[in-house]
Amino acid sequence: MDEEKEKNEGKRQVAIPGEIIKTGKEYLPGDGARRDGENIVACRFGLQDEYGRFLRVIPLSGPYIPRKGNLVIGKVADISFNGWIIDVGSPYTSFLMLNEYPKYIESDDLESYLAIGDLVLCKIHRTKRKGMDLTMKERGLGKIEDGMITTINSNKVPRVIGKEGSMVKLIKDSTQCDITVGQNGVIWIKGSSVEHELYARGAINFVVERSYLSGLTEEVKKYLEQNKIE
Amino acid sequence: MAYTKRPDGRKLDEARNMTAEIGVIPNADGSAKFSFGDTIAIAAVYGPKTMHPQHKQNPQRGVLRCTYDMLSFSVTERKRPGPSRRSQEISKIIEWSLSPVLDLEEFPNTVVDVHIMITQANASTRCAAINAAALALAQAGIPMKDLVTSVSIGKLDKTLVVDVTKEEEDYKEGEGATDIAMTLMSNNDEITSLQLDGKIPPQALKEAIRLGRAATKKIHEVQVGALKAYIEENKK
Amino acid sequence: MNIEETNLTQRRISEHLLKGRRFDGRKPLELRKLEITTGVSKNAEGSARVKLGNTEVVAGIKLNVATPYPNEEESGTMMTTVELTPLSSSRYELGPPRFDAIEVARIIDRGLRESGMIDFKKLCITPGEKVWSIFVDIFSINDDGNVMDAAGIAALAALRSAKMPKYDKETGKVLFGEWTEDKLPLNEEITPINLTFHKIGDNFLIDPTAAEEDSAESRISLALSNWEGQVMVNSVQKSNEAELSILKAEEVIDLAEKTFKELSERINTDIRK
Repeated sequence: MDEEKEKNEGKRQVAIPGEIIKTGKEYLPGDGARRDGENIVACRFGLQDEYGRFLRVIPLSGPYIPRKGNLVIGKVADISFNGWIIDVGSPYTSFLMLNEYPKYIESDDLESYLAIGDLVLCKIHRTKRKGMDLTMKERGLGKIEDGMITTINSNKVPRVIGKEGSMVKLIKDSTQCDITVGQNGVIWIKGSSVEHELYARGAINFVVERSYLSGLTEEVKKYLEQNKIE
Repeated sequence: MAYTKRPDGRKLDEARNMTAEIGVIPNADGSAKFSFGDTIAIAAVYGPKTMHPQHKQNPQRGVLRCTYDMLSFSVTERKRPGPSRRSQEISKIIEWSLSPVLDLEEFPNTVVDVHIMITQANASTRCAAINAAALALAQAGIPMKDLVTSVSIGKLDKTLVVDVTKEEEDYKEGEGATDIAMTLMSNNDEITSLQLDGKIPPQALKEAIRLGRAATKKIHEVQVGALKAYIEENKK
Repeated sequence: MNIEETNLTQRRISEHLLKGRRFDGRKPLELRKLEITTGVSKNAEGSARVKLGNTEVVAGIKLNVATPYPNEEESGTMMTTVELTPLSSSRYELGPPRFDAIEVARIIDRGLRESGMIDFKKLCITPGEKVWSIFVDIFSINDDGNVMDAAGIAALAALRSAKMPKYDKETGKVLFGEWTEDKLPLNEEITPINLTFHKIGDNFLIDPTAAEEDSAESRISLALSNWEGQVMVNSVQKSNEAELSILKAEEVIDLAEKTFKELSERINTDIRK
């Protein structure tokens, strides 16, 4: 099934803003498309996708659009009296409130827990029109102390994760690294050595550069084999 | 004697040889290069991102901000580095030519910055700039209802021509040279920018606009070609 | 949209460097892939584009005739400007910029001037009245670190490929847009190269990527050239707030000499291609 989907990836038509994807009253505009009379027209650059009656555009670029429940990795940009302002690389800032920290903290103590420049793994608790609120209260969330960070465009995240996590699992197993992919495109890699982490990073960049390709899984396997480290 | 022969041998309604390329500046969220013959423009898009200073934010939609400048050595006589009054005016024109097709409703309080540089100039620089900017915005994944395509139409004495060069801009015979720069939505008959300098009868101006509309079709093909080539390249 | 480089990755960069290794597999004194193209902007007297990895800069030379400085009546003049354009990085909009454009321009200018490569006396047309003025303008197109040294190479390539414009002695005017076959009066034996050494932990490296530049505590730029068969240091500038021990300064001087010898041959060949 995964192979099928990958083959289709390679065959997709390019969507150009303003151009007609298909004509017909039976079609409906999905994300990145709009109706113009009888036509469904693209309103974003990307790849055309047909899903039942829906015609949409798969974006290959563009800003991160936060969704509730998303796992994100960000950097503490500032501290206010009741929480931390976190930069997750989105057009808007996100806020981690004091009481979303996993334990009870006094409000004048914030800095000793998370200082400016610290990296954190959080979940989006609530989205607002101009920003989002984060939480750190789930297991596995918290300050990131070790390893390295790499950033990719958030639209490529599904490709890096793969169907049911198959792609990221393939990379994790071959490189023996822990890889946590933030939906905002920030990825945390932690391996037994810098070489292992760079190996994983290389594989991730490989996926991102070839994200339109069909048969990507095979290509990634080859890449991992060719670049294996002792 | 009517103007019939162009110095470079082009037909009256023929644009110069055009090239377009996407993704020329890796750091940018979107970037593109566009050329009309010897006139080359590169554009870089950064955004949407939070707009600073705060008082410039629009709480209802994102804001487009453009800068246009020329490399000091892009022109025959050196242009002092830094923005001039001309480049400031053109920056505004470019903003107005792109805004109508951008949909920034989803991004209130943000700014989308478009920076354009002319690296080599032989007239029609703002047109090349707009064509490059439209491509860069598309590559950046900005929601756009259409692309825009820009072209210069000249009237040399009484003859209308497509895509004016510097030599043609300086034409002095008869009624002299009139330079008309226009931008149209690619798939709709909507004008997003129109500027004129010279001496032209009203009916001829209408004709010039129609000539511009026809000329942008071919230019638009070049823009689309670049976007498609970008995807094809990455498929290899 | 990128999150700025983080402390975590910077730490990793330092650790890796302790083993003499860099993320892209280079050695500490190794340059990225260097591409030099001249003649990239037709209206300029000379121009060049330089790519060092993903970093890209363009330099252009424009000439004009002007009156000489009162204390240098028989010498041509030169002015170098650098613009760190907002196209090349989101940093140059909001700041703080990693580098000051004026600092970069002055460092490159000194390196070119002090090497003696340009024979300013030959740029004199009429002593005390008319001399040639050289304008070297450099623009960053994509900043992935080391715009400084890339700018130096671009300026050199642009100067070497420049042609003199036509000059009407009667009217004293330059005929812009028309060129002679004459080049600038340059000593082709002299190759000025600017090398900026960045210190990360105890190690020096050159040609950093943007991430490496952010990880460095201090940097020192040295412009070197060859003068009558000898390597000469033409200018030095230590930047940033962190201190540099005498021992480390001596180390970097040795590294600069060694690197210059290895690179000047190569850069010369690349420019001449």
